[in-house]
Amino acid sequence: MPNKPMLKDLMKTHGVSRRAFMKYCASLASVMALSPAMVPRIAEALENAPRTSVIWLSFQECTGCTEAITRSHAPTIEDMIFNAISLDYHHTLQAASGHAAEEAREHAMKEHWGEYLVVVDGSIPIKDPGYSTIAGISNLDMLKDTAAGAAAIVSVGTCAAYGGVGHADPNPTGAVAVSEIIKDKPIINVPGCPPIPVVMTGVLAHFLSLGIPELDELGRPKAFFGNAIHDRCYRRPFYDKGLFANGFDDEGAKEGWCLYKLGCKGPTTKAACATVKWNNGVSFPIEAGHPCLGCTEPDFWDNGGFYKPLSVPSGDYRRLGLAAVAGGAAAGVAGGLLAKATKAKAAKAHETVDAHDLEKSS
Amino acid sequence: MDCKQPNDQTSAEMADVLSFVTTGNARPLLHEIRHALDKLLAIGETTIIDLGALPFGPGDARELEDILGQGEIDATMTIMGRSHVRETGVPGVWRIDHFDEEDEVQSRFIEITFMPDILKTQREDAERGLEHLRERLAELEGNRQT
Repeated sequence: MPNKPMLKDLMKTHGVSRRAFMKYCASLASVMALSPAMVPRIAEALENAPRTSVIWLSFQECTGCTEAITRSHAPTIEDMIFNAISLDYHHTLQAASGHAAEEAREHAMKEHWGEYLVVVDGSIPIKDPGYSTIAGISNLDMLKDTAAGAAAIVSVGTCAAYGGVGHADPNPTGAVAVSEIIKDKPIINVPGCPPIPVVMTGVLAHFLSLGIPELDELGRPKAFFGNAIHDRCYRRPFYDKGLFANGFDDEGAKEGWCLYKLGCKGPTTKAACATVKWNNGVSFPIEAGHPCLGCTEPDFWDNGGFYKPLSVPSGDYRRLGLAAVAGGAAAGVAGGLLAKATKAKAAKAHETVDAHDLEKSS
Repeated sequence: MDCKQPNDQTSAEMADVLSFVTTGNARPLLHEIRHALDKLLAIGETTIIDLGALPFGPGDARELEDILGQGEIDATMTIMGRSHVRETGVPGVWRIDHFDEEDEVQSRFIEITFMPDILKTQREDAERGLEHLRERLAELEGNRQT
């Protein structure tokens, strides 16, 4: 990759005013949920940001995360920040392929050993390394090899952060998250299916300007994942008043009431969808009339059905699945017994919860 | 608000209903602004409030607008998209709304200050302006000589 100029020089070349840069930093601070008082610090750090080498590894994934992040930058100042980062390897975006691409990765690693940033999207299959390989290298080997010289790792998307869809029951490839394999490097999880584009760029900008952000117990930056969607939802006043849509075409849905009864996972899902929104702040799923699926939470595929209200017990689906596999011919019997036990457990556990009870317990 | 496309009458009714949806956050915000204005007058300290960080319903926005109102200055800046800076009817309290190049809201702030920084000419821009002016003058002088 050619030696790229610093952001300050890029701004000058492109005729971007300092005022525009200050506007960008103010909006970035807002997106990062940082105090506006941090704006001068962000500006100073970004201006003097070194050209961090970024190696982007795509494993068991659908390319949705890459698709999303490429939508985040029209040719604006964000684009320049991406130019200020040296994206040395990204096999979906780079022109080279196969061994030539691998050489680029190895070269970047050697050149910036101990300083480069690794971004991973996709889960890693560990049941059989042959399930997913790149240039004949298994995902597991490539991750271990590349992570060894990394300053930090960003796990982009729920697959890299928590295993995601690959990890969903019965997890045929033995898919795991990055954090299951790499234990000696700082890992920032940016979950979502996909994550909001500006959240991904925001985390990278935070890493460049202020270092590793403050993380929650699931390794997510608190700035973006500090609040439940429910707490910031514009439909929240309807929830508080007990006004719910009971179907997708009933009066409640037409009136824009709360989607809690249609399975909305907003109360238990931490993400910035309700404030940052999607497509340049146009809308987000709940605003489009669909309940939140909870895609930034671990095991969201196995959490008991997208359209079941949170107050309905989900049952132990994972255990049922395992019993069916392990039991073979006996699975019918075992499954039946387990189903009965589960039903009894569910009935016992099931308390009718209304919005006010949920509010009290949160 | 929703993607569904009701007829005009329903849409107008809905907008009217929604404009009264509040989270109750406008009142405490107005008190925060009052404290900040107190501080500005007492010690000259500027306060910036990020409106994007607050749950805010259409009714809250309406209440805020009703109380603060429109002041003497209303400036639109074209900097990587539009930016709208206006002094409210309470002098010293400014609304700053940044939009991107597609005119989508990027960020919204209330700034309690005597003059928002973004309105001032930035030193780096003035330096670049001076450089540009010198170059143009040098071109002009060069043309005259030839």
